[in-house]
Parts: sequence; C-alpha cells; structure tokens
Amino acid sequence: MKFPKKLRYTREHEWVLIEGNLATVGITDFAQHELGEVVYVELPKVGDSVTKDEPFGVVESVKAASDVYAPVSGEVTESNDDLVSSPELINDDPYGDAWLIRVEMSDPSELEHLMTAQDYKDYVEEEGEAEEAEETEDEEIDDDEDEDEE
Amino acid sequence: MSGADESRGLSLDELPLFERGSGGRRGYTLPLLAERERDAESLPAELCRDDLDDFPELSEMEVLRHFLRLSQWNFSAATNFYPLGSCTMKYNPVLNEKIARLSGFAELHPLTPTPAAQGALELMARLEALLAEVSGMDAVSLQPAAGAHGELAGMKMIRAHHVSRGSPRRKVLIPQSAHGTNPASSALCGYGVVPVASNDEGMIDPAAVAPLVDAETAAIMVTNPNTLGLFEKDIVRIAGAVHEKGGLVYFDGANMNALLGVAKPGHMGADVLQFNLHKTFSTPHGGGGPGAGPVAVKRVLADYLPVPRVVRGDAGYHLSDDFPKSIGRIRAFFGNFGMLVRAYAYMISLGGDGMRWATQMAILNANYVRKRLEGVLELAYDGPCLHECVFSDSKLEPLGIETLDLAKRLLDYGFYAPTIYFPLIVSGAIMIEPTESETRETLDEFIAAVEAIVGEAREHPERVKSAPHRTRVSRLDEVRAARQPKLRWRKASIE
Amino acid sequence: MRYIPHTEADVAAMLGAIGLRSLDDLVAHIPAALRRQATLDVPNGLGEADVTARLAALAAKNRVAPSLLCFAGAGAYPHFIPSVVDHVILRSEFSTAYTPYQPEVSQGTLQATFEFQTLIASLCGLEVANASMYDGSTATAEAVLMAKRLAPKAGRVLVAASLPPQYREVVRTYLEGLGGLESEEVPFGADGRVDLAALERRLTPAPAAVVVGYPNFFGVIEDLQAIAAKTTAAGTLLVTVTPEAMALGLLRPPGALGADIAVGEGQSFGIPLSFGGPYLGLFATRERFVRSMPGRLVGETVDEQGRRGYVLTLATREQHIRRERATSNICTNQSLCALAATVFLALAGRRGLRELAERNARKARHALRCLRERAGAELVFSAPFFNEFAVCLPNARVRYERAFERGVLAGVPLGQWFPALEDALLVCATEVHSADDIDRLAEALVE
Repeated sequence: MKFPKKLRYTREHEWVLIEGNLATVGITDFAQHELGEVVYVELPKVGDSVTKDEPFGVVESVKAASDVYAPVSGEVTESNDDLVSSPELINDDPYGDAWLIRVEMSDPSELEHLMTAQDYKDYVEEEGEAEEAEETEDEEIDDDEDEDEE
Repeated sequence: MSGADESRGLSLDELPLFERGSGGRRGYTLPLLAERERDAESLPAELCRDDLDDFPELSEMEVLRHFLRLSQWNFSAATNFYPLGSCTMKYNPVLNEKIARLSGFAELHPLTPTPAAQGALELMARLEALLAEVSGMDAVSLQPAAGAHGELAGMKMIRAHHVSRGSPRRKVLIPQSAHGTNPASSALCGYGVVPVASNDEGMIDPAAVAPLVDAETAAIMVTNPNTLGLFEKDIVRIAGAVHEKGGLVYFDGANMNALLGVAKPGHMGADVLQFNLHKTFSTPHGGGGPGAGPVAVKRVLADYLPVPRVVRGDAGYHLSDDFPKSIGRIRAFFGNFGMLVRAYAYMISLGGDGMRWATQMAILNANYVRKRLEGVLELAYDGPCLHECVFSDSKLEPLGIETLDLAKRLLDYGFYAPTIYFPLIVSGAIMIEPTESETRETLDEFIAAVEAIVGEAREHPERVKSAPHRTRVSRLDEVRAARQPKLRWRKASIE
Repeated sequence: MRYIPHTEADVAAMLGAIGLRSLDDLVAHIPAALRRQATLDVPNGLGEADVTARLAALAAKNRVAPSLLCFAGAGAYPHFIPSVVDHVILRSEFSTAYTPYQPEVSQGTLQATFEFQTLIASLCGLEVANASMYDGSTATAEAVLMAKRLAPKAGRVLVAASLPPQYREVVRTYLEGLGGLESEEVPFGADGRVDLAALERRLTPAPAAVVVGYPNFFGVIEDLQAIAAKTTAAGTLLVTVTPEAMALGLLRPPGALGADIAVGEGQSFGIPLSFGGPYLGLFATRERFVRSMPGRLVGETVDEQGRRGYVLTLATREQHIRRERATSNICTNQSLCALAATVFLALAGRRGLRELAERNARKARHALRCLRERAGAELVFSAPFFNEFAVCLPNARVRYERAFERGVLAGVPLGQWFPALEDALLVCATEVHSADDIDRLAEALVE
C-alpha cells in the first residue's frame, strides 16, 4: 500500500497535491482498495465551488458508494473527464492518472489541517484496517516514482 | 442425502424473447365483433405510433415454452431450502393461490359501489383485527404495498404527530444494525439519522440511547428481535427513554415470526409498526414482490393512518376518507388486496394455536442450527437466538475463503445461500433463518453441507473460491454490468 | 399443523441437541411480563375445506361480471387475461423465488425482468425502464422525487389537474415534510387537455418538472408535442403518466414526443382487477438519467466462462447500500406482476398488441355512439380519447345507481372529485365488452 510522501491526506482518505495556489485532489490507495473495483465516478463541473469537509463527488464500486470530501475550499478549475470512460483508473493509478479535480484554493490556511504521509499511514493502521499495509521501506516512501510522473 | 456432485439434470438454454419467433406469429386471438360495431372508428392516424418494431412475434406455445424453461433456471422456496436471515422464506400455501383467484376477489373493480364489495371490505376488516391482535396494537391500515412503503407511512405518521404538537423535530435514532430501508424511509420524511451502536452483546444499551435523545428526537426505529436474531431485553426501557422526551417508537415488524404468541410489540412500547406479509404471513416472494406492508398503530397515532379506511356502519362496511388528520393516500387504491386475501387465508388456516406453534418451531429450528454450527462457524454473539442466528467469517478467513465463497458453494448443494454481509456490524455476516417449515432432516443436510464446504476449503480452497460450478451460469461479472450498463435487449447484444 | 412438520420426536431430539428441556426454555430469557400478555385471542386453525368455504362465502358477497357488468376504468381496467399468463405465474419457481441477489440461481427471474425492461422501454419510446414500482401512483410520486434530484434548485413541480385524483393525492403525501418542493396544479380546458396558456404562465421560474397524463384521467390524449415544446424552452423536465398502459400499444410513445420520464400503471397487461392491487408501476427514462432512477435494474453481463447472463446492477442507488442517501426506499417491488405483464406482451406481440389497443379504441367509440343515441348522453370533452371518456347525462348519479341495480356498473361518477362534473360519468369500454354488453349499458342508463 502506498503513501507518497509529497502529498497531504485527510481522515476521509483523500490526498492533496499542492502546487502554489492549486490543489489536486484524489482518493488514496487505501480507499480504492476498500472500495473494490470502481464502476462509476461522479464529479463536479469546472466552475463549481467546493467547501472544505463537504462532499463534492461520489466514487462507486459494485457494493458501495463513497462520498468524496473536499480537503480545501475553492473553485474547480479542472475535472478529470477520463474517469467517466475509465473509472478503473482509480484502482490502477490512484495517485496519478486518477486525480479527481483541481481546485483554485480560496483559503490556503485550511492546508494546516491535513496530515502528512506518515500521520496518514499511522491513522490508517490505527483504524485496524490496514493489515495489508506491510512495513517495508519501499512502500512507505514513493518519492522517486512521483518525481518521474511529474 | 445429496452432496454437491450428486445433482444431475439438463438445464436447457433459452434465448431472450426477442431472439425467438418469426414475423407474423401471434399468441393472442381477439374476440369476434358483431356486425353493428364493425364500423366504429379508431384513433386518427396522426396520434398513432409506428409499428412496435422491437416487439417479438411468437406463437402461444413458444411463449409458454420460453417461460417454462426460464422457470427451471430458478431456485425457489418451494423447491429449495432458503436459509435467508431476515426474509422468513416459509412455505407459501398453494391453497392461498386458489383462494386469491376466486372471481369474487380477482375480478372485483376497486371502484365497485360498496354494497357490491362487502366481502372484500369484510375480509380487510377481519385481517386488520387479526393483525392488531397478534401485535397488541390498536388500529391498522392495509394500504402499504411493501415493508418499505409501510415504514414510509409509519414515519410520516410520526412526523404528523409531532407537527400537530408544534414542530416535526429533526432526528431519528437508528441502530447501525438496522435494515437499509429504515434510514431511507426516515430520509424521505426529511429526518436526519443518528446512528445507535450495539454493545458487545449485540444489543442496544438503554444507557447509550438516553444521552442521544433530546427535544429534536422524533423517534427511534427498532427491530425486535434485532437483525442478529437477539431479543432486545431492554426494549421497554429503551422505548421509555424515548417516550420520556416526547419521541415515538417505530418498530420494524420484519421479525414478527419470532414473536407470534410469545410477545407483542404493543407491550414493548411500540407506537407504530409495519408487517411484511410476504415474510411472517406466508405470501409468496414472487422473485421480488408483490408483497404487502400493513401498518399498525397505537391510539396516539390512529388519527394519522392513511385514507381511505375500512369502517363498519349500520349498512355494513364502507371506505371512508373522513379522517382530517390522516397523512393522506400513499397509493391509488386500498392495498395489495390479492396479497391481503392470501395472508388472511393463512392466518385462519393457522389459527391462534398454529401461529404460536409456528413461532416456537421457528425458534427451535434456528437454535438447532446455531448449536450444530457453532463449532464450524464463529457465532457472532453468544447466547440464545430467536428465529435467526448470525455467524461471522472469523473461522473462514484463516482458510483463505470469504463469506461470499461459502454462499456460492452452498448453491452447488441445492441450498440457497443465507443472508450475507448483513447486518453490517458483523464481519462477513452469515445470517440463517430456517423458518418453521423445514424438517430436521433438511436442516441436517444443510449443516452437513456447511461442514463439507469448510472442510473442502482446507483441502481444495480453489474449488470453493470459484463456486458455483453446477448452476446454470458461474459467477457473473458485476463490475462489467455496472461499468457498461446494458439494461435492455438490443440487436447488437448478440456478440 | 400441516404446514409445520415437527413431531414430538423431532422436538425432543432437537431440544436435546441444543441442551434444553422444554420449548419454554427457548424463550425464558424474554421478560416474563411480556410473555404472559402474549396470548392470542384468535380461534384455532382450520383445514383446507373449512378455509375454502369461509373465503368462498366472502367472495360471494362481491358482485362481479356477469352479475355486474363493469364499465369502470379510472385507473383500473377490465381486460381479458390469456390462460398462459396465469399458468406461468403459478409456477412455484417464479412465484416463490426470492429477489435475485444470488444471480446464478435466479436467471429465470432475471432474464424475464430484462425482457420486461426492454418491452416497457420500447413502449415508452425511452432508453431504459426499471424492474417495476408498486403502482402508477407511487411511480408518479417517485418520478417527482427524481425530478427534484435532477433539478435541486427548483422549488415547484407542476401537476396537471387532469391526472387521476388519487395520483395527485399520493404525490402530495410524498412531498409532505420533504421540504424544498411544492406541487402546483395546472388546470385543464374545455377540451379536456392541459390549458397551454395556463401552463406557460407557470413555467417561470422553471419548475423541476411538468407532470401530465397520457392519456389523462378522462381518457383524453394530451398534445404532448405542444407541451414538450414549452417545457424544453423553459428547461424543465417533462413527466408523462399513463394510467391505462394499453394506450401505449397505439399512441405515439411519450419518449418520442419529448417526455424525459414516462411512468404508468401496467395493470392492463395481464393483471387482474383484484380490488385495487397488487398492480404494476411502470417507470422509464433517458439513459443519461439512469443513476438518478429509483427501483431495481437488471443488466446483461457475462459469467466466468463468457456465457451471457443477467444480474441486478447499479445497486448503489438503492437502500441496502446507500441507506439514507438512496434514490428511494423501495426494496420489494412487484416482480411477479411484471412477469405477468411480460408474458401478456409476449403473447400479444408486435401485431397483437396494436390490434388489441385499436379494438379498445373502437369499442369505446361504439359505446359512446350507443350512449348518445339511446341514453341522450353528451361527450364532455372534445379532445380525442383512447378507451375511456366522460359523458354527461341529466341526473347522472340517479341513473348510475339505477343502472347498478340493473346489473351494470356504468362507469364512475366524476362528481366525487370534480364538483363541476356532477352530472358526468367516466365510462370505459375495452375488448372484453361485447356489442350485447354495450347495448345493456346504454339501456341501463336510459332515463
């Protein structure tokens, strides 16, 4: 199970990539694993506004429909249309091709509430559900991979 | 005694309706016309459609053969044991089919003037009285078409009650073990849901309920016995805690099969409850309906019952809308009358003695299964169960199989699977409700099958994980069905 | 008791296996106070012969054809049911099957439901239909709720006053307490159709939907194209409601004329009148709205060996997964009634259904002719009708009651719902009514 270091995380299992005032949001490897094979994704439109801690979309598998919560507030500048035709991207590449939305932040101070990769990993393990998150150094840190994707 | 490999037989293929037949065939002949009506006109052409191009053209026997073959692909309660927890798949008496088809019932138009519908109205009145008696409640409406519909009616009545007292209130307490229709029905009345956790014994703790109840609590929704098959021993105190703050108690009557002649919800603090006639009262499931979900209330809510209501006067029975505080109509006519006839016939067939015996044998059967399987599967909670018992997947996990695999392999033995993954509070839940209809021998066969499958999981886990093997189709790709929904036949479907 | 197999020996052996001594031990943990009060004041059980005799006596107190000829429609229609329909739904494998959650052993129910969805979608001229709702009235209410989901900012829904009164009441009941949506009625004109000018005035701000009958309660066929032109311009959804599904065999399909959601009552397709239920709610819509649609859906897929098969799908909309966020609370629907309809439609088939619907239209026009000529009846509404029409007669109520005494149910008096139509009767004539029957109707209403 992966917990890329350069991202930030929420208790609702979203990840955030911060670049200047732009936040890219997705759901974590843990989340996609819990959901199972994703069949459908519902996302807001460009121009919609999102509010921290409020649901902005839904990720559905055959057996569950999970709300996705906004880690920060702002305006949606991009919405990942690829997910409409290929929802399975969320299972295959949750931190890369399966980003959900990009948000122009209205209040960057909200970032203070987010967790680091280590905090999130601890949180997930504490919840007792991450038995598969084996403790190997490679999985903990994925810096190299992420740098390549950039 | 049949093992998984003993079953034999041909299961014939049958194409969808639209891939059968041929142009010009028909299965219906219209009645003759008299000379004097031949010149009557039809609708002007501009209002009429083109041909029904997608419709099949089949002879009568092709239609019959098609559906008879399809029927052979189904398991059913009449042909197979259904240990489905929470569903009460008991015997559906064939007599009731005959009775529901008596022309005086089947051919009666709902808007027939009352003097010509006295038999139907009397039947409804008598059924209401029987349902009130077995539940210890004061008044009944037979209008709801299903359990969920009854829940909706019940929650609307609760809301109307609170509105008449100044405010609808905002929240409903619902156990996390509750059936999904409970929160869904509450939401349809505009209520927010406050989840109530079960304690380590699988029950609701009144001490945990009391702090959750305040002046904004409209109601608590309870199921008793709960969805673990356990009797909520503190039900009276729990009801009391809610009543104390002016809230009401909605009682989900899905598990009435555990209570007939044993305990009445009306004495447990219930203010309103729904029955599922297709569960406790034997009306057939039909592959997913029709059912019927009558509601029963205490006097405090009687004014709000849906209209029209069956009323007895000097001239006999009639239907009355004259209940100004009623929540109104929840469907066009008076109820799933055909199912009401079946339930009534069932209740008088059993009688008071038979209903009590049914409950006792249902509880006996469930405890027998519980006892015999407790070494094989992990019981979710210790202690006596009522009409159903729940196991978790803890003994399956180390073998590398899941609840789903056990369920699918049971199909190969000719048993329908138990209810699985419900309630959500038990990991990999396996809920078994044998009902009183099943013989000891059938239960022993079922138990032997479960034991065999668990044993097989040790030696040949892949056979269990890839089950079922002997059914018409093997496991179906549900992901594909959801990602690329094909919800109707189209010519291009044949690939 | 013949439905419960346990003998004394069975009970003893099973108690022994459990480690208990008596049946009372099984419920000893239930508070004694509750157990004491639980005696059932219900007579003992009866055998088949006695039960049959009692129920037959009740059935005999109801009057049906031929003792009472039924020309009543108004949401429940007298039609002929071919023998094959009942033969199929009497099969235990269909009638006692459970909801098809284990699809491998439910392919019969699933394929039949898939066929049903296909037939209904085709009849409605829309892309997708669900596996059924309770009846036409609740299907209408659910369509309104769906429109609200699709247009969350809208605060109103427009409902034609010419929809069946019971359906309008059910919509009101469903909306009560939900907040955020009011229903507003749109009047009908002298021709029996929705008053287009009145509709136009009410389209700003855009309501969530406009709900019209097709045909409406009076049997009248609305000008859907004209209505759709207005709803499209206003950016609002169009919902059509068909209480008499037989009409869809002849009329232009609602989807082709601009309906976004088409609902109806399918009782006319092989389901007996049965004093009002169980019936069959029909629900169809456009593909792009499918995730907002209530009710069960069956989809086609393949198994592990690539064989075609069917499963319940898109279940994440439903109560057992979404719980309080579900599109509806519906669980049990009307599956066996849907099967009856599928068999009926398969028997009638492409030509048969159209001929049957045409026959209905002709019978109704012949009945109208006879009523005009012999009973002095006048047609109330000028717009075209399908198999049902409103006629006015002086002293209609008195004549209706006299006809009843003469063994004819001469339609349904409209005054109970529409005070302005106190002298009108809503009369329905279908393929079951012979020319002799129609003569009797006309004679029974003669002053």
